[in-house]
Amino acid sequence: MTAATDRTPAPGRIARVRALAVDHPTIAIGIAMLAVVVLAGALAPLLWTVDPQTISPANRLRKPNERFWFGADLIGRDVYSRTVFGARVSLLVGLGVAVAAIATGLVVGLLSGFVRWFDAVAMRVMDGLMAIPSILLAVALIALTGASLQNVIVAIAVSEVPRVARLVRSVVLSLKEQPFVEAAVAAGTPFHLLLIRHVLPNTTAPLLVQGTYIFASAVLTEAILSFIGAGTPPAIPSWGNLIAEGRTVFQIAPHIVLFPGIALSWTVLAVNLLGDGLRDALDPRFVSRTR
Amino acid sequence: MISYIVSRLLATIPVMAIVALIVFSLLYLSPGDPAAVLAGEQATSEDIERLRVVLGLDQPFLTRFGQWSWAVLTGDLGTSVFSNRPVADLILQRMEPTIALTLLALALAVLIAVPLGVVAAWRSGGIVDRLAMGLAVLGFSLPVFVLSYLLILFFSVQLKIFPVQGYRPLADGLEPFLRHLALPAFALGIVYAALIARMTRASMLEVLNQDYVRTARAKGLSTVAVLVGHALKNAAVPIVTVIGIGFALLISGVVVTETVFNIPGVGRLTVDAILRRDYPVIQGVILVFSGVYVLVNLLVDLSYALFDPRIRY
Repeated sequence: MTAATDRTPAPGRIARVRALAVDHPTIAIGIAMLAVVVLAGALAPLLWTVDPQTISPANRLRKPNERFWFGADLIGRDVYSRTVFGARVSLLVGLGVAVAAIATGLVVGLLSGFVRWFDAVAMRVMDGLMAIPSILLAVALIALTGASLQNVIVAIAVSEVPRVARLVRSVVLSLKEQPFVEAAVAAGTPFHLLLIRHVLPNTTAPLLVQGTYIFASAVLTEAILSFIGAGTPPAIPSWGNLIAEGRTVFQIAPHIVLFPGIALSWTVLAVNLLGDGLRDALDPRFVSRTR
Repeated sequence: MISYIVSRLLATIPVMAIVALIVFSLLYLSPGDPAAVLAGEQATSEDIERLRVVLGLDQPFLTRFGQWSWAVLTGDLGTSVFSNRPVADLILQRMEPTIALTLLALALAVLIAVPLGVVAAWRSGGIVDRLAMGLAVLGFSLPVFVLSYLLILFFSVQLKIFPVQGYRPLADGLEPFLRHLALPAFALGIVYAALIARMTRASMLEVLNQDYVRTARAKGLSTVAVLVGHALKNAAVPIVTVIGIGFALLISGVVVTETVFNIPGVGRLTVDAILRRDYPVIQGVILVFSGVYVLVNLLVDLSYALFDPRIRY
């Protein structure tokens, strides 16, 4: 009896999660697909078959076989092992950009929502940032600061901040009109409590959805930046770098481009599916429209 | 109407001014010494000093910004560090292939996405809808360069229908021009098409259960007349808006597509500038592309009146 109740606080939650997965199968599919990538990245040191940095000219451009599962690249490195390690770079960039952009955007958005003079300045800067194509802004930043993983994350995050800031600002502005917030203000609720109890909880759902989209677009952008030579240093096996290395020989050895390309598309698809599912599940406006 | 156009035109000036300020400030905001980073690791200290003077980093911020803005306003985007030629000339020379590729991708995307989105909404929940929306998610997730390589492998290497790479100007004849641009335009347009198809479907769904659509049907209009003449026309404003916002996808995509297909456009110029650490060229390209983006969205704003007679300026 007690043993059973000890274990039962979960059923309600498990049932709810299961219902969510049944109502929005894309969430479950997205998580499952993403789990494969996360596992590949986490277990990369166990999963590789040939040391990813070993150069063996004898095996250059080798087609996929039982030793080189995805074939070998221009200087005979194993494409499979490098692709597995590439998962780490992509996940790190996706997560890093999402966290950095949301943290910065949250602060800017909150300040804009509450401080009028700040709002006027910040929103004009955000308008300007949004008019600059994100890839080009990142290219310029990386050209000026030098190519490193950290600089790549910052450069991509900068152009994602305006969207987060605007989202948070609009949530704050609509909340300020709500009776329960007006009541809380009238009752003399200190500002930090107002923030923690009323404002922040209302931003989590939209930010979660926005975060998945930022993650997906950051993974894509990092690959594009590496591909055009303005991203992660070439020594790091990111998927964009692997594809860039195969560019010149791709007609005779397409496997160098294709396998990292599939890994990249798979990851972005997983996060997009998760994001679409979360948006449908969390956005009350959308639910009322479809049912 | 004219006063509205003028006021919207004037409203783009502060946005462009802020874009210019941001692009210009990057040189000063970046941590460390940009001249040293741009000069590269093998550079001598004289090289770095020379670059510092070329970039104007030896002068105070405001003086330099004043000179630079005035130069930009008179059409002078600076001088390439690599070739010593005016950046504006370099960009103008490369403009034709980029404009051709972008316009073709835009046309392809709209022609594929709008009918697909309309049919998906009309038969929502049906096979076409599921297929179209599945393809749209896939289109979002397939990186431009991966799609490009798949297309080349299939259509150029296997079937030999299209050339693998390269560009032929329109002056060489329409057929070789289109043959060279078909694959890059398709690869570039797909993400854009996915975005437009989703918005078309969502916007049409809102309109289709309105009373006037039912009335149009009841008075015996054909399905096509109802869908296009009544529903699509009323659903157009959000669709046109997303076409404007999504134009950024084309600008980013052009850099990649031109690299994969070896097209000598502005995107290729950018990639070459990155490899040569030619910052004035990068700066000029950003300014031009941002200007185009702002302009496209201005046109989108102005086009609302065409679709919705209730919008009068």
